Amino acid sequence: MNAKAIVVTSGKGGVGKTTTTANVGAALAQQGERVVVIDTDVGLRNLDVVMGLEGRVVFDLIDVFEGKCRLKQALIRDKRSENLYLLAASQTKDKSSLSEARMQETVQKLLEEEGFDRVLIDSPAGIESGFQTAASAAAGALVVVNPEVSSVRDADRIIGLLEAREITEVKLIINRLRPEMVKRGDMLEVDDVLEILGVKLIGIVPEDEQILVSTNIGNPISLSDSSKMGAGTAFRNIAKRITGEDIPHLSFEPSGGFFSGLRRLFGGS
Amino acid sequence: MFGLFQRKKSKDKLKERLKLVLSYDRANLSPGRMDELKNELLAVIAKYFPMEEDNYDVKLEQHGDRMVFVANLPVQQS
Repeated sequence: MNAKAIVVTSGKGGVGKTTTTANVGAALAQQGERVVVIDTDVGLRNLDVVMGLEGRVVFDLIDVFEGKCRLKQALIRDKRSENLYLLAASQTKDKSSLSEARMQETVQKLLEEEGFDRVLIDSPAGIESGFQTAASAAAGALVVVNPEVSSVRDADRIIGLLEAREITEVKLIINRLRPEMVKRGDMLEVDDVLEILGVKLIGIVPEDEQILVSTNIGNPISLSDSSKMGAGTAFRNIAKRITGEDIPHLSFEPSGGFFSGLRRLFGGS
Repeated sequence: MFGLFQRKKSKDKLKERLKLVLSYDRANLSPGRMDELKNELLAVIAKYFPMEEDNYDVKLEQHGDRMVFVANLPVQQS
């Protein structure tokens, strides 16, 4: 992706924005980019715990906005990677200092003065000011969607709002795909989601129990799990595609085999 | 009609529902308003042509990047 500042968003909550931000951020850093992940979910911060950095938060985004600390002081270095930093959200309810201008200025500083290659902005759920602030500083977007009714509908809404902000580099991550349900015809296929939403795919992440295990211990799965068809590999592949590598998408669906041939023969999709 | 849907895979049903609901969402039009539009449209057309009593089909369709309003209104033939 050309965009250096990328918002991770979805509209609907609980589809995997924070997990995606942590894992793609960690994988980008492992590939050698200098990365900051920013949690903009003020009042409901979670990127710190997902990354296992909750014990090291001193200053947060609101402190930076209010001038209580310098930007550098609020950057928390990841314990696993020299290239990875977290800018935590505040747990305060007071969002009055959250503004698009401050957000833009902060991201610009990170890229131009602090020498970072990439900024991932974890957006809060919803389409209100929190999302708008997160999106305001971004040149590109990763839209996370689960293959189910409300997530797809909300993703469509978010894609419209991103277009309205003239964020043109919008890529889709289909998260929590369950291949066995797709096989039964009880879950949308990747192609169905792409057809409905009409945006470019950048990754398919399968439902994976190991996600919960890795978040339990605060260690991103993209750094720890190497199983070929697992979520860790899927997130690493997304990071590679962001840096421009041409990695084919893993196929979690029956394609071209005997049964799909039969289904086609009998008028299935 | 229902038997046909029941035999269908649930994801195909979802795909249909999503396409329909998103066409309304994207046009910022509620399905109820669409009914009003349809009735008003029929009243106007009926001033000029004798219309068939039913078989009307009025809908929004996604054609590539564009949302298209499609009205299929059969005219009574003498």
